[in-house]
Amino acid sequence: MIVGERKPLSEIFDMIGEAKKILIVGCKGCVTVCNAGGSKEVGILASIVRLARKKEGAPIEVDEMTLERQCDPEYIETLADRIGDYDLILSMACSIGPQYIAGRFPEARVFPALNTTFMGGSLEHGVWAEFCQACGDCKIHLFGGFCPVARCSKSLFNGPCGGSSGGKCEIDKNVDCVWHLIVTKLMEQGELDRLNQVKPLKNWLTSRDGGPRKIVREDLKL
Amino acid sequence: MKSGSNLEKVLTAGHFAVTGECGPPRSADGSKVRDKAKYLKGYVDSVNVTDNQTSVVRLSSLAGVLLLQQEGVEANMQMVCRDRNRIAIQSDILGAAALGVKNLLCLSGDHQRFGDHPESKNVYDLDSIQLIQTVKMMRDEHRLISGQEMEEGSEPRLFIGAAVNPFADPFEYRVHRLAKKIAAGVDFVQTQCIYNMPKFREYMRQAHDMGLTEKVFVLAGITPMKSLGMANYMKKSVPGMDVPDEVIARLRGVDKKKYAEEGIKIAVEQMQEMKEIPGVAGVHLMAIEWEHMVPEIMEKTGFLPRPQV
Repeated sequence: MIVGERKPLSEIFDMIGEAKKILIVGCKGCVTVCNAGGSKEVGILASIVRLARKKEGAPIEVDEMTLERQCDPEYIETLADRIGDYDLILSMACSIGPQYIAGRFPEARVFPALNTTFMGGSLEHGVWAEFCQACGDCKIHLFGGFCPVARCSKSLFNGPCGGSSGGKCEIDKNVDCVWHLIVTKLMEQGELDRLNQVKPLKNWLTSRDGGPRKIVREDLKL
Repeated sequence: MKSGSNLEKVLTAGHFAVTGECGPPRSADGSKVRDKAKYLKGYVDSVNVTDNQTSVVRLSSLAGVLLLQQEGVEANMQMVCRDRNRIAIQSDILGAAALGVKNLLCLSGDHQRFGDHPESKNVYDLDSIQLIQTVKMMRDEHRLISGQEMEEGSEPRLFIGAAVNPFADPFEYRVHRLAKKIAAGVDFVQTQCIYNMPKFREYMRQAHDMGLTEKVFVLAGITPMKSLGMANYMKKSVPGMDVPDEVIARLRGVDKKKYAEEGIKIAVEQMQEMKEIPGVAGVHLMAIEWEHMVPEIMEKTGFLPRPQV
């Protein structure tokens, strides 16, 4: 899933500025699962904003709404009849949500309340980690099922580098060295020789480097 | 003087400057660059050396600049943001200045999909405007991006250039982007190849009205058409290039054997017209893989001999 994190409140208050009526829009997709932008988090942020502004003597009207998804035109459309009522819209989806809203409603002023952090999963309650960089050409089967593109700090294809120490990465001892995991796994499986060949240069055309990407499925088009 | 380069001296003295361009070879054969120097020496004030233009791997612009300068031709090193992060950018700037480079043209760079290694990663850690700002900071504030300071006298003394394309869209915004480059600290700009003279005049009028031409030297880009095929290709296939139908028609109107001659005639006329446009400080003559025609073109413009400053 896409993992997000709420921006610092100071940044959110800067975005809100002197607005008098705002709408906070959550998303029931990934950001609900990672506890960053679902209806619960929308409610919490709305209360914080209302209270803070009341304390300042500048009360603000904050409405709440949570869409099924913010990455689908049909759900964005449900904002159509009320979007004009607000000074600004604060989206608690990943950055896709505010971009959809801004694209659909040119007159709306839309701000992101989250930082879209990475594609990953939860390790334990309250902890998430990055697993994928969407390079568009998955090769994890060559690496024991681990991704060196997203999980090696240098995206090495022929690691581990000389900075691997005790299973940790040289950049931070709290970061696992994915190459340590790869080597350990292949060793356990008795397939270490699969690493003997120099891995060829990667084709980054399918990644962000090749420009913004798009998938067209003719079989699904109406 | 910011850099003391010949280009800076010529422009500052108020002369109508002429810069040339030299593309390095796709090999380690430095003699190719030295050969091109013969056609440029004494005919132009400074020569751009391209940095892997169109994302095709070539001998580095720094090496090309040094080869030209060894032949007595002042060069203008092009630097793109596509292939280097801020560490490499600053390091290359320091190295280039230490080796005698005095002009640096700051570019974002063509996307690598256009080149011979479309599958490569791109960097774009900085964009061209941030690069301008960085070079200016290094030169005038003696600081690196990190805040690390350089002793007085050890900073890179560079005349800072950039490219502008008056013909890209949206047209109304183009002059504002020029203003942004000026605010970032650019000293001179060279434009995309110009064929649509009325549109360029309009761009210059806007720049002049905004007071921009007093703050930056604008060198108008000129590329002579070698053939009708080249003109058609540039019209249809080169993004951000504006080749009016009249230019195509004029080439088509001459005998096939005289396309090149007519192309040069058009370029010479344009260069002479540029001299009369308010705010145009010079021309940037990009005779692409046609460097040996530069002497003839320059003879015809009447812009010779070049000023000694």
